[in-house]
Amino acid sequence: MTVEPRNDAYVAFDHVQKSYDGVSLVVKDLNLSIAKGEFLTMLGPSGSGKTTCLMMLAGFETATSGEIRLDGRPINQVPPHKRGIGMVFQNYALFPHMTVGENLAFPLEVRGMSKSDREAKVKRALDMVQMFSFINRRPAQLSGGQQQRIALARALVFDPALVLMDEPLGALDKQLREHMQFEIKHLHENLGITVVYVTHDQGEALTMSDRVAVFNDGKIQQLAPPADLYERPENSFVAQFIGENNKLLGTIEELTGDKALVRLRTGELIDATAVNIKEKGQQTLVSIRPERVEFKPEMMPEGAHTIEAEVVEVIYMGDILRAVLRVAGSDDFVMKMRNTLGQTRLTAGQKIKVGWHPQDARALDP
Amino acid sequence: MAEATPTLLTTADGRPLKAALAEAQVRAKRRAFLLVLPLLAFVLLTFLVPIGYMLKRSFEHDGFANSAPALRAWFAENPGFDPADPPEAAYAALVDDLARMQVERTTGIAGTRVNYSVSGTISLFKAGARAAADLQPPFKEALLAADAKWGSPALWRGMESASHVYTPEFYLVAADRKLTDEGWARGEDKERIYLYLFFKTFLISGIITVLCLLLAFPVAHLLATLPMAKSALLMILVLLPFWTSLLVRTTSWIVLLQEQGVVNNMLVAMGLVDDKGRLSMMYNMTGTIVAMTHVLLPFMILPLYSVMKVIPPSYARAARSLGATSWTTFRRVYLPQTLPGIAAGSLLVFILAVGYYITPALVGGADGQLISNLIAFHMSKSNWSLAAAIAAMLLAAILALYWIYDRLVGIDRLKFG
Ligand SMILES: Nc1ncnc2c1ncn2[C@@H]1O[C@H](COP(=O)(O)OP(=O)(O)O)[C@@H](O)[C@H]1O
Ligand SMILES: [Mg+2]
Repeated sequence: MTVEPRNDAYVAFDHVQKSYDGVSLVVKDLNLSIAKGEFLTMLGPSGSGKTTCLMMLAGFETATSGEIRLDGRPINQVPPHKRGIGMVFQNYALFPHMTVGENLAFPLEVRGMSKSDREAKVKRALDMVQMFSFINRRPAQLSGGQQQRIALARALVFDPALVLMDEPLGALDKQLREHMQFEIKHLHENLGITVVYVTHDQGEALTMSDRVAVFNDGKIQQLAPPADLYERPENSFVAQFIGENNKLLGTIEELTGDKALVRLRTGELIDATAVNIKEKGQQTLVSIRPERVEFKPEMMPEGAHTIEAEVVEVIYMGDILRAVLRVAGSDDFVMKMRNTLGQTRLTAGQKIKVGWHPQDARALDP
Repeated sequence: MAEATPTLLTTADGRPLKAALAEAQVRAKRRAFLLVLPLLAFVLLTFLVPIGYMLKRSFEHDGFANSAPALRAWFAENPGFDPADPPEAAYAALVDDLARMQVERTTGIAGTRVNYSVSGTISLFKAGARAAADLQPPFKEALLAADAKWGSPALWRGMESASHVYTPEFYLVAADRKLTDEGWARGEDKERIYLYLFFKTFLISGIITVLCLLLAFPVAHLLATLPMAKSALLMILVLLPFWTSLLVRTTSWIVLLQEQGVVNNMLVAMGLVDDKGRLSMMYNMTGTIVAMTHVLLPFMILPLYSVMKVIPPSYARAARSLGATSWTTFRRVYLPQTLPGIAAGSLLVFILAVGYYITPALVGGADGQLISNLIAFHMSKSNWSLAAAIAAMLLAAILALYWIYDRLVGIDRLKFG
């Protein structure tokens, strides 16, 4: 589901295609418009063409066909150094033979800025990431997290309106990564810049972005705000890629509006919301989030269909309890329960009935 | 650990930790030493010993001292004699020695030794030795009557100097000094060949180094950035010269560049030069420079390549995204990072060029000869000591270069590939 690029978009990809070898398309008909001040994340598995899109926007790769516009201006023919786009690389790409200060002064120097202006700007940018005391260090003398901050400051020091980040936190450990996510988000809000962020980490995408574009196989699978993406995936790829997800295969038994009744291959009937299916008798893959599965009848809506389940195991995870169930012939159905005081403790081998709100079960393409 | 003990750390069985560690490592160290022993012995025998021997030869020559014992004894007793007017006793000793040389057939060796610093002595000694047996005292008048050159102060200085087995004389000669009647002095301009050749060798080596750098830089860059399959092919082309005989490569340059060669024929055929104006690019300095640049090119490409290969392309991209033109990116970001490779390649090519022998010998003609050709010339004439002295000076110059390099760049930053 692509959005038609609007003319007032700050960044617009208009029917962009890219092929490296002239045989296969790495990016297939990309249409994407990004508003000024937006934080847009390109999320997708490795090899899905995210970096290629970013490189085309930065000017290091040329689009094979289609047009890329920046602030309404086509930039296909503009060389990278004239685009004025800040960029943060995964391996930081800090110049090893320059000090931190020289690294930051570099973009200002090539713009012919005077020495005093440069110093003031470098100081401001370094203060922004709390790294001013490191101004005379070499990149090799900094830790990964510190280098990442410097790279960020360098991409911002010349006041670009658009900043691209290609898996900037990929090399950091979990704790530092979460901290940096927060800092980047903070900078984005304070500076009012437009950010195009690439990651393969869905958690990162969900926590940071205004909108997320899920890539697969050179195409945008879904473009939506994080909550929509998680709660209302539009196809089975998105449902499976984002978050944990239970899949049930079946055929449409009844279809009224967006209410669907699905008969599983083992014969049970379940309720679901039709998302991208069109007619009765069609094959479908029903997707349900583990935390939306219920086993207490009072929690289910009136008249909801339930199906038999057998508890295979219960894993204690602290804040939640995770039960693996045998449902409709397969034993990888997951149910998550909050670990509250009154929570019923299930045991392996126990027979229960599970159900859900029809809104939470989404009948998708198989 | 609040209660850290100030005493020495010990192992579980009570031995001091340091001693235990040393003991544990002794075996590993001994084994490592045994592994490198063959190489060590090889290097010692084939490298250090010959160099040491060469250095010794550059100070040592007993050709005159051994064949003229009487003169040597007389010089030892009269250290302050006047070379302009040696007494009769000195002439008597000289005649005695000349007679012995005639018998022992050592005239040539003795004459050659003195000839290093005083020219014309070989024939003088030969004539003197033939006549020595018949000379009657007073020997001074008799010898001077036979040849007035026997009275030359330079000759007496030369013989005095040659009577010592160890002497710095060869270095003086290699620095274009010669013995005159007044002592050591700078030689006349047309005789000053050694320092001029040293200078020329360094100049040509410098030119070759610069040419190699200019040619190698783009090739190394291509090698480092092309996709695997293509860069492997290019690498084979770069290494091809290593697999062909040096003689073949040099000869093919002769075929190309000589006056009736391929290049000249083509130029004439295209009408760019007329038949009489054929360019002479062979058997001169041009030939030496062209052929040596070709031969030494891989030694520049390989270190450059090894440095360039590990420079991630994201640096250049980062610079471009920060607003630098491609030229600024090259100058400010790429070039500085290739410096260790440039330095290593230049040092390697320069040092190899300074000592190169075969190519200039084949294609250099008269004015394309380098200092190593002169060393070879002296070796072929059995002037071992002089050859050794020139070689030692070359070695010293290269070590000095290495030292300067270490000061400026740092040896530890060198990357040879
Ligand atoms: N320079 C290139 N030359 C040829 N193929 C490339 C190049 N860069 C990327 N590709 C191919 O394009 C596809 C998408 O790559 P990329 O954009 O890097 O994906 P992602 O960043 O999502 O992991 C991959 O199959 C990759 O092999
Ligand atoms: Mg990528």
